[in-house]
Amino acid sequence: MPDVNFLLILPELILAIFGMLILVADLIWREKGHNALAWLTLLGFALAFAATISIWGASVALFAGMYVVDLFSTFFKLLATITGILITLVSMDYLRGRTPYRGDFFALFTFAILAMVMMASSASLLMIYLSIEFLSYMSYLLTGFLREDKKSNEAAIKYFLYGAITSAVMLYGLSLLYGISGSLNLNDIARAFASSVDPTTRVVALASTALVIAGLGFKISLVPFHQWAPDVYEGAPTPITAFLSVGSKAVGFAVLLRVALIALPAFQSNWAQLLAVISIITMTLGNLVALRQTNVKRMLAYSSIAQAGYILIGLVALNLKGASPFAGLNGILIYLFAYLFTNLGAFICVIAIENATGIVEISQYAGLVKRAPLVAALFVIFFLSLAGIPPTAGFIGKFFVFGAALREGYLFLAAVAVVNSVISVFYYFSVVRQAFFEEAKDATPIRIAPAVTFSLVVSAAMVLLVAVWPEPLLNLAAWSMAMVK
Amino acid sequence: MIPWLTLLIATPLLGSVITLLLPKGEKSDATIKWFSIIWSLIPLALASFLWFGYINLDWGKMQFEETYMWIQAINVRYHVGIDGLSMPLVWLTTLLTTLSLFYSARTIHERLREFFFMFLMLEAGMLGVFVSLDFFLFYVFWELGLVPMYFLIAIWGHAEDRPLYSSIKFFLYTLAGSVFMLLAIIAMYINTSSATTPGTFDIIELAARRPFANDFLFATLAFWGIFLAFAIKVPLFPFHTWLPDAHTAAPTAGSVILAGILLKLGTYGFVRVLVPIFPQVFQANATIIAILAAISIVYGALAAMAQTDFKRLIAYSSVNHMGYVILGIAAAVAAGGASLTDRAIAMNGAVLQMFNHGVITGALFFIVGMLYERTHTRAFSEFGGLGAKVPVYGAILMTATFASLGLPGLAGFISEFMVFRGAFATMPVISAISVLGIVFGAAMLLWKVIQKVLLGAFNEKWSGLKDMERFEVVTLAPLLFLMVLVGVYPSSVLDTINTLSVAVLQALKF
Repeated sequence: MPDVNFLLILPELILAIFGMLILVADLIWREKGHNALAWLTLLGFALAFAATISIWGASVALFAGMYVVDLFSTFFKLLATITGILITLVSMDYLRGRTPYRGDFFALFTFAILAMVMMASSASLLMIYLSIEFLSYMSYLLTGFLREDKKSNEAAIKYFLYGAITSAVMLYGLSLLYGISGSLNLNDIARAFASSVDPTTRVVALASTALVIAGLGFKISLVPFHQWAPDVYEGAPTPITAFLSVGSKAVGFAVLLRVALIALPAFQSNWAQLLAVISIITMTLGNLVALRQTNVKRMLAYSSIAQAGYILIGLVALNLKGASPFAGLNGILIYLFAYLFTNLGAFICVIAIENATGIVEISQYAGLVKRAPLVAALFVIFFLSLAGIPPTAGFIGKFFVFGAALREGYLFLAAVAVVNSVISVFYYFSVVRQAFFEEAKDATPIRIAPAVTFSLVVSAAMVLLVAVWPEPLLNLAAWSMAMVK
Repeated sequence: MIPWLTLLIATPLLGSVITLLLPKGEKSDATIKWFSIIWSLIPLALASFLWFGYINLDWGKMQFEETYMWIQAINVRYHVGIDGLSMPLVWLTTLLTTLSLFYSARTIHERLREFFFMFLMLEAGMLGVFVSLDFFLFYVFWELGLVPMYFLIAIWGHAEDRPLYSSIKFFLYTLAGSVFMLLAIIAMYINTSSATTPGTFDIIELAARRPFANDFLFATLAFWGIFLAFAIKVPLFPFHTWLPDAHTAAPTAGSVILAGILLKLGTYGFVRVLVPIFPQVFQANATIIAILAAISIVYGALAAMAQTDFKRLIAYSSVNHMGYVILGIAAAVAAGGASLTDRAIAMNGAVLQMFNHGVITGALFFIVGMLYERTHTRAFSEFGGLGAKVPVYGAILMTATFASLGLPGLAGFISEFMVFRGAFATMPVISAISVLGIVFGAAMLLWKVIQKVLLGAFNEKWSGLKDMERFEVVTLAPLLFLMVLVGVYPSSVLDTINTLSVAVLQALKF
């Protein structure tokens, strides 16, 4: 292998090394020191985070163009490591008493984050497929991690079966793409399509685009590839649910964006229309079904399906011509950043309550404000952000995504989206209603572990900070999209 | 330069945070109450100083402006300012907040800390809307006031009036309107931006640049998008159905603020945003809007007359009274050859009516609340002959009611008279129909409120009824004083408003 600068893949190396280190440390510290494993995991993520920042600004294609380190991928690597840190902090407390195999859990989780990081950088069809499969397998294992819990097992099997089918479909699409373009590299594929106007090629290319969207739609939980999400979200260990709803969704978007922008810009008008329809169905279905949920994890599952629909608007309304803050792509990045802290925050609230009491039914949140005032108050902030009501990060995200739709003249799409966000308030506030307005049946205070409190406060602070001072995030998004053009 | 307006918004916001941090303990309730009341005097003092502290200030222009860049990438600025439209409303906001807190200190017994936290937060949100001159900022404050009001209705609402239903209904209705406003705001920004220059969210600049100037269809869409947000807030028929529920369920202080200030956010938006930014579209649709206003006026009065619940009656009377405001605004910009004087009179009447309705209906909701505190019922069938039993209460109720129905010498008469005096010049037919609302309104208030509550046979159930306590009189005294003051010496408020109305209408260049 000729002169590869290994510093550029330092985050990946650190994560791989720490993943294996945790496995070994688990053998040595088998009897004691489970928290030490968590701290080791945290250290790994922190180092990977620092390493990602240290390669800030690099824009290089590595390994014969299969792997790209650019600001776009860096953005997602930051999201991935932040997700890793926050989820590890809340997992410590969650796993206590639920499983003795915490070392395995943290090792698998580190590998899952590694897979996310690799997905963000993949620039060839092969690499994309491999990293997606890598992430999927880690996710299946983590979903079924609670071996004694039937729901967890069921979720893992369901997830696996759905995943296997969609990945086969996507692989078929990828092979078609390879067949008609003659290359695995995204840039080469784009070149092949730019020169070719052969109608047969066009039909095959459109078909393969649809198949790839199906495969990625599974990861992002777009309708109609979403059916796995509610059961998996309900059955999986809650920190993993949080991870799936945020991390794996974010990198799913990263890959979708890269494929759509780099390899398939020639067919933008086609996939934009397809995605516009999918977006409308996804957010409407997600929101309407969420209205009926009584389990908070299922409710958040449908909510995250709806959120994927909103984010997709940015891709539908993508227009990189002319420097506008409403270009679509930066809206997606801003939205994903806001969504990361918002949705993780909401899930951490759920985890905080579940850790102490095991409660996941919305009706049992009655009187939460007396039992855990901080969690109840932050629930309100996270839900406002999910609904896109200022002054929260979610508002900033929606502002730019909806703005992109307006700029491109997708008035109907924007109107459907805002009506949906009004509907969503109803089910988000069903939790607020229980927490604040109903009398508690059991008024004992709920004790929240310090690590959980910490990650809650950090998430909430970020949600508010992004709203009050969005400038840095806007710049970050603008730089990250500049590298894709 | 002292950033007066920033101080004005920041004070209640800071106060709300402090209430959360005040020490817990046996005396914490008293501490929170007194702290909040005294703290709320600061914005009141600031607002009074801004309004009366300067002589010869030109209220037709923005005063005490502050501008800082907030989000460079999309040219969002922290831009605040105050003029003859917002000044009376800001002042009224601070006054009603203080009175509400003072009254609530005696009547709210549960979850005090949250109550005062929410209330101060609400005040910050309302003040923010009135002084924001950047649409992005405006929208943030617009929504900021929504959440506390939701909690105020839901937590401290009357259990028998379905507070949970009413509060989420209020929230969703308002939000449904405001999201379309958000789309219109973004669309205006995109429309005013070009390849080289960024667009603008600045309300003053938008009024000068007139977005969608060459695109009447889009201008109309944007207009109706924003209109929806404001019309729901006012509330204009047919968007009013949230109002009776929210008002009935809310605690007394919540109803006072809801009627006194929150409804004005809508009409304020009409004058601040819709008239200056979309004068052509407004003019083209003035008749439709005036018809909606006329329906609100007549229907509001008739619906109020049909109520059996005292508080619900006052709530519906708000639909009637806010209709005058919209009628005045629509008449002021209507097509036709009316003189600037006629238009200005209509506009003056509309703006003064906002102020007067805040004072009068604010007082009426206090008065209803005070009766409810004693009797735990609001059904007219339960009352009768109270005028002799509780004479002070009777006198106050009568004064407020007469002010509400537009008795000359009290505040309501001046503004309603001006609205009709101006509106007849541009829309004679609609105005003539709307005058029926005055008749029905008077009938409704005299028949239901005066006759059913104060006169008639005394219900022996209330033989132990106590007359007004001192704190209740203190709460109402400033409002009664204002009713009389504006009634006999209207220029005390009107001078400020008139400069503004003339300036707004002149800028339209009809």
